[in-house]
Amino acid sequence: MTTTRANSDVLSMLDRPNSYIGKSVPRPNLDRLMQGRGLYVSDMELPRMVHVAFLRSPHAHAKIVKIDAHDAKRMPGVISVVTGEELATVITPWIGVLSHLKGLKSAPQSAIAIDRVCWQGEAVAAVVATSRAAAEDAAENISVEYEALDAVTDVIAALDPETPIIHSSLGDNLAFERNHDAGNVDKAFAQADQVVEAEFVFGRHTGVTLEPRAVVADWNVAEARLTIYQGTQAPHMVQNIAALHLGLTESQVRVVCKDVGGSFGIKVHIYADEMAVYALSKLLRRPVKFVADRVESFNTDIHARDHRCRAKIGVKQDGIITAFEIDDLTGIGPYSMYPRTSAIEANQVVNLVGGPYANSNYRARARVVFQNKNVMCQYRAVGHPIACSITEGLVDLAAMKIGMDPVEIRRRNLIADDGYPCASPSGLRFERLSHHASLNELIAMMDYDGLRAEQAALRAKNIHRGIGIASFIEVTNPSAAFYGVGGAKISSQDGVALRLDAQGSVICQTSITEQGQGSESLTAQIVGSVLGVPMQCVRVIMGDTDNTPYGGGTWASRGAGIGGEAALQAAKILRRNILNVAAAILQSMSADLDIVNAAIVNVSDGALRIELSELARIVYFRPDTLPPGVQPELMATRHFVPREYPFAFTNGIQASWLEVDTDTGFVRLLKHWVVEDCGTIINPQLVDEQIRGGVVQGLGAALFEKCIYDERGQLTNANMADYLVPMPSEMPDIDVGHVVSPTLESELGAKGAGEAGTAGAAAAVSNAVNDALRPFDTIVTEIPLTPRVILAALGRI
Amino acid sequence: MVQMPISFLVNGERVDAVVPARLNLADFLREHLKLTGTHIGCEHGVCGACTVRVDGDIVRSCLILAVQMHDATVETIEGLSDSGEVADLQRAFRERNALQCGFCTPGMLMAAQDLLKHCPVPDRDRIREHLSGNYCRCTGYQAIVDAVETTARMRAP
Repeated sequence: MTTTRANSDVLSMLDRPNSYIGKSVPRPNLDRLMQGRGLYVSDMELPRMVHVAFLRSPHAHAKIVKIDAHDAKRMPGVISVVTGEELATVITPWIGVLSHLKGLKSAPQSAIAIDRVCWQGEAVAAVVATSRAAAEDAAENISVEYEALDAVTDVIAALDPETPIIHSSLGDNLAFERNHDAGNVDKAFAQADQVVEAEFVFGRHTGVTLEPRAVVADWNVAEARLTIYQGTQAPHMVQNIAALHLGLTESQVRVVCKDVGGSFGIKVHIYADEMAVYALSKLLRRPVKFVADRVESFNTDIHARDHRCRAKIGVKQDGIITAFEIDDLTGIGPYSMYPRTSAIEANQVVNLVGGPYANSNYRARARVVFQNKNVMCQYRAVGHPIACSITEGLVDLAAMKIGMDPVEIRRRNLIADDGYPCASPSGLRFERLSHHASLNELIAMMDYDGLRAEQAALRAKNIHRGIGIASFIEVTNPSAAFYGVGGAKISSQDGVALRLDAQGSVICQTSITEQGQGSESLTAQIVGSVLGVPMQCVRVIMGDTDNTPYGGGTWASRGAGIGGEAALQAAKILRRNILNVAAAILQSMSADLDIVNAAIVNVSDGALRIELSELARIVYFRPDTLPPGVQPELMATRHFVPREYPFAFTNGIQASWLEVDTDTGFVRLLKHWVVEDCGTIINPQLVDEQIRGGVVQGLGAALFEKCIYDERGQLTNANMADYLVPMPSEMPDIDVGHVVSPTLESELGAKGAGEAGTAGAAAAVSNAVNDALRPFDTIVTEIPLTPRVILAALGRI
Repeated sequence: MVQMPISFLVNGERVDAVVPARLNLADFLREHLKLTGTHIGCEHGVCGACTVRVDGDIVRSCLILAVQMHDATVETIEGLSDSGEVADLQRAFRERNALQCGFCTPGMLMAAQDLLKHCPVPDRDRIREHLSGNYCRCTGYQAIVDAVETTARMRAP
C-alpha cells in the first residue's frame, strides 16, 4: 500500500497510542446478524398491526375507468380497500424537481394512481387485511376496468412529435436537457489526427436488495404522532417528506431504522407505495406494514442507467487527447422520483465524462425523457459507470486507432499527480488526486507485462483473453451542492453527540446510518481513538430521528468522510471536557493529563491517575466533592459539512482479465484488480470490502443484469430466475490496493469509498472484452455483454 | 381454506400446530414461531436467504410447505447458533467481515456448514460452486469464500 499523507501534524489526534485508525478491527455487533437475531423491518410486528398488499396495474399506460372492490371488501380478514382518490384525503401529491437542475419538469404523482396508470406495477388500490396473504387474496377479487393507452417505451421515439405525450400539461416528453460546451471543441477535433466515434448502450438494471423495501407506519392518534419504521438510508429526509405531505410538523414524525437488508441507493428514495403506507396508517389509525415481494421489487424499486450515448474522442498521433464530445439520452419512467429527482444521473454523466484526463475541450448534451416504464433514479455510483464506460471505451478505441498501448495512452493524458488543485472542463474542482500513482500501483499488482505475454501465447492456441483498464473519479462527501441548493430538505451535514455515562462508557448518537458498510464500526473506531477508550466501550446509536442529531444519513459515499469528521470533532470536545474535570479532581493542569485505555494518566510518565469510571462516579453521584464553580459537561455535540469543495473527489483505476469463448459468447472473469484513493483509511478491511462489493455490482451490470421490457412496456423478467445477478461461482477474486491522499477539508482526511468499485468495473470488463476480440476486428459498446451481444458482434448470429 | 395438523421438531423443540395447507415453511417459521432469522428474499427458490435444514439436508423453506414437515426435524439459524455448531464459522465470518447487511448470512451459514459436513477440505472453486445458490448483494462473495476456507482449514484434523 502506498501512503501519501499531506497533513501528518494535524492528524496527531488519530495517531495516538492504541489508535484504531487504519486498523482492520471487526465490526461490532455482527453476532446479532449471524445468529438470526437482527431486527429488519420485515421482521417487525406491532400490536393491532395490519398488512397491506397493493393491486398493481398490468398496463404500462391506461385510464382507470372503474374500480369495483365490493367483493374484495367482504373477504375474510379484510379491513379496508382504499383507492387513490380516497387516500388523497390524507396525503398530498408531489413533484420531483430541484431548482438547480434548470428546466427539469415532472408531473404531480399520487401515492396511489388516480384516474390513470403510467407504468406496469403502479399501485391502483391498497388492500389492508389481517395478514398479507388475506390482503393478496382480496386483491385478486378487485375488478378494475382499464382503457388501455399507447405506451411510450423507446427513448428515441419518446421525443418524436408523433409520439403521444405522457403528461399533456408538460407539453412534451422531455423532462430535462443539459448542454455544456468548454474550450474549443470543433477546433480540437479539427486538429486531431484521429477522431473516433461510437454509440454506447447501457441496459436498465436495478439494485435487487436481498431484503425488499419494507415499512411499518404507526399513526398514534392519541399522541398525534406517526412512527415510521423503515429500512432507509436517510431517516431525516423521510421525516421531512412524510410530515410535509401528511400535513404534520416534523416533530410529529419519528423515523426509526433498525437493520437494513441492503440498500445501494434503492432505499434512499421515497416511493409512492411507502407514502401510501404512511397515509393508510393515518387513515386507519393503526400500524400498517408493507413488505414488497420480489415481483413488486422488480416493478417498483427504482431502476437505473438505461442510457444511449453517442460519443466522440479526438486524439493526436502521439496519444494526446484533444477533445471529448457526448450526446446522452436516458429514459426515467413516467415521473421524476421524489425528492432527489431522476435527472441527477444524466447530470452526473455530463459532469464526469473525461474527468480523469487533462483535456480542456469538452462538449456534452444530455436529454432525460419520460416513458411508460418503472421509475428510474439514483442507484450506487450514479452516472459514474456510464461516464467511465464512455470515457474509458473512447480512450481504448483511440489507442487502438493510433496503435498505442492502453496503459501508455493513459500515462500521457491522466492529470499529473502534482497538478492539483485543478478543475475539469465540466467545472468539477479536484483538491488532490493520484491517477499516476494509482496506475503504477495497478500495473505492478497485476503484472501487466506478464499478462500481455500470456495473452499472446494463448491467442496462438485460439484462446482469447483480454485485459481492460479503466481509470475513474468518484464524487464523495457531497456538500449542499447536491440537493440542498436545489431546494430539497436533504441535509448535507451530519452530527454526532457523545456522552460519558456513569460507568465511564460512551454513548454515541450519530446521524449517519448503517446498511452494512460499517458506519457503526468506523464511528466507534474514531471515537475510541480520539477519546482514548476501547471501542467496545462506545455504544453507537443511529437510525432514529428522536435520538440522533439531525443529518443526512449514509449515501453518496458520505458516511465516513462527513459523519466520521463529526465524530472526531465531538470526541475532541468531550475529551477536553473530561480532562478539565479530571484536572479539577486531581488538582492538575489538563494539559498534563491524557486519556489512555479508559483512564486518566500523566502525559509525562503515563502513570495512572484515575479511571474514567471513577471520574464518572464522582461527576454523577458526588458532584458535591468537586471544587466550587466546576460544572462538568460530559456530553458534547459537533456537526460537520465540507465547505470549501462541493465534493471530495476520489480516484482510482481498475483492471479486468477475462476470457471470451468465441463459440458460445460466454465471458469468464479470471481476475479483477482495483487501486483506489479514498484519503485516510479508517478500517482497511471495511474499505476493501466496500470496493469488492461495489465491483461485483458493476460486474453484474457488465455481464448479466437487465430489466427487459417489451414494446408495450411490460417488464418480462421480473423475477430472480430470469433477471440474472452475480452469484459466487461466476465472480473472480478481486485484489485491492490503495494510494492515500487525505482531503485537507477535514482533520480526519477521509473521503468516500462506497461507489468506487461500481464506478469502473463495467468499463474495465468492456475494454477487456474488446481487447480479447481484437483479432476479430469487431467492437462491442453495449452492456450487459450477454452471449448474444458478443456472438452478434462476432457475426455468428 | 384447508387446515391441517402437523407435529414436528424445530431446533429440538416439539411444535404442534394446525396450519393452512398452502402455508410455506418459511412463513410458518417466521410468522408462527417468530424465528425471524430465516429470511425471505425472493419466494421462488433462487436467492437462498430462507435456507434451513430439514432432516439433515438444506432446503429452501419458501419452496416447501409447512404441512410437509409432519414428523420432520427442522433446524434454523437460531438452532445452529444456540447449539454452537457453527460458532467457528460465525467467528471466521466476523473476522473476515464476510457479511455486510447480514440478510443473506443465516442462509449462507447454513449452506457453508452443509458443504463442510460433506466436503471437509473444499478448494475455492468448490466453495463458490456450493454457495452458488445463495445470493449476496453486498460482499462480492470473496470474503465469504475466504471465511469458509479458513474454517475448513481450522476444522481439518
